[in-house]
Amino acid sequence: MGIKVSEVTKKFVRKTILKNVSFELEPNRIYGLLGRNGAGKSTLLNIMTDRIFPNDGVVTLNGVAIHEHDAQLGKIYLMSEVNLYQKRQRVAALFKASKLLYGGFNESYAKQLCEAFELNPKLRFGQLSTGYRTIFKLIMALCLPVDYVFLDEPILGLDANHRELFYKELLDSYSRHPRTFVISTHIIEEVANMLEHVFVLENGKILIDDDVDRMLSQAYVITGPGATVDAYTQGLNIIGTESLGNLKGNYIFGNLNDDREIPDTIQISRMDLQKLFIHLTSEGSTIK
Amino acid sequence: MQFDFTGQEPIYLQVANQIEEGIFTGAFEEETQVPSTTEMSREFHINPATVLKGMNILVDEGLIEKRRGLGMFVKNGAYQLILTKRQASFYKDYVKRIIVEAKNIKLTEAELVQLIKRGFQTNGD
Repeated sequence: MGIKVSEVTKKFVRKTILKNVSFELEPNRIYGLLGRNGAGKSTLLNIMTDRIFPNDGVVTLNGVAIHEHDAQLGKIYLMSEVNLYQKRQRVAALFKASKLLYGGFNESYAKQLCEAFELNPKLRFGQLSTGYRTIFKLIMALCLPVDYVFLDEPILGLDANHRELFYKELLDSYSRHPRTFVISTHIIEEVANMLEHVFVLENGKILIDDDVDRMLSQAYVITGPGATVDAYTQGLNIIGTESLGNLKGNYIFGNLNDDREIPDTIQISRMDLQKLFIHLTSEGSTIK
Repeated sequence: MQFDFTGQEPIYLQVANQIEEGIFTGAFEEETQVPSTTEMSREFHINPATVLKGMNILVDEGLIEKRRGLGMFVKNGAYQLILTKRQASFYKDYVKRIIVEAKNIKLTEAELVQLIKRGFQTNGD
């Protein structure tokens, strides 16, 4: 069950965007797809919805390849920056058209969301601002009867109030009607606690494929006098370091050696997902 | 309710602690319903599975119980359970840390006892 991405490789002219990427999505979970600019996130999501094709590898849904398979593709929706909608069409008409395409659309929920976000369904798509185009696409994503919803930068142009409203509606809708979401965003801090599992894409490869809880349980910051911190963290997986005069902070990803005595002068604290991501994917990071 | 999202403590533990605190202060009275997983998830942008993990800690501790079709309720005697638990961990949670800091700043045992007495006399002012 679920979506399986197997050994997908994608090249554009000379550049290899995705290198032998494999992972699985289970039903009814909320995933995060994180990566720096240019890591290959959008390319990956486009391949997973058959908008572009891999040079190698295959994507299956419940064991059946999705490529050119309408019934399979009807179970997946990708919301992205690309505007696939005709500018002259009205919002209400676009909702209706999707209903035909996907074999269903929760109209009462869409109406409720339009009211909550103050989107006038009589407007033409071309009349909407960047933020309202995003809102329109989010409403589409939440109201279609699909099992897999991919959100590529879902909060583009949204103000703080609308982002807050979107997170609430996403979780509310997910609780009422569980399905799989993949959220790809640079605003990690805001979505961190909604994610159960995270994929970190780095230079076209999957660097991390793990539950958020487990990732964070092995992420530590060790601070104190430089020499003491270095001595204590020697041999551990140091993914980043910061210093301020003689005060030093080493960022560790991996288990601490529990047998080691902890010197009085050092402090061990935790880091959040965003901080962990930054150190894992910054230049010169050592984890491979 | 207030959550610290900087990651010092796993979110599911924070969920458990916050509900426990709510029961202890009487915000959630015994025999009444605690907010549903969906409500908490929606309100604080936390994955429902994480909220449930926190709630299950409290179920295991016997503080709340699931009533089929109705939701989670605070059990009778939950307040007393929390009180007993906190008294049992008071030494580890507070006293030990006070002693460590007192030693760091070179306070004697007598001086520390004096300070604690003062705290009681002035009601913590």
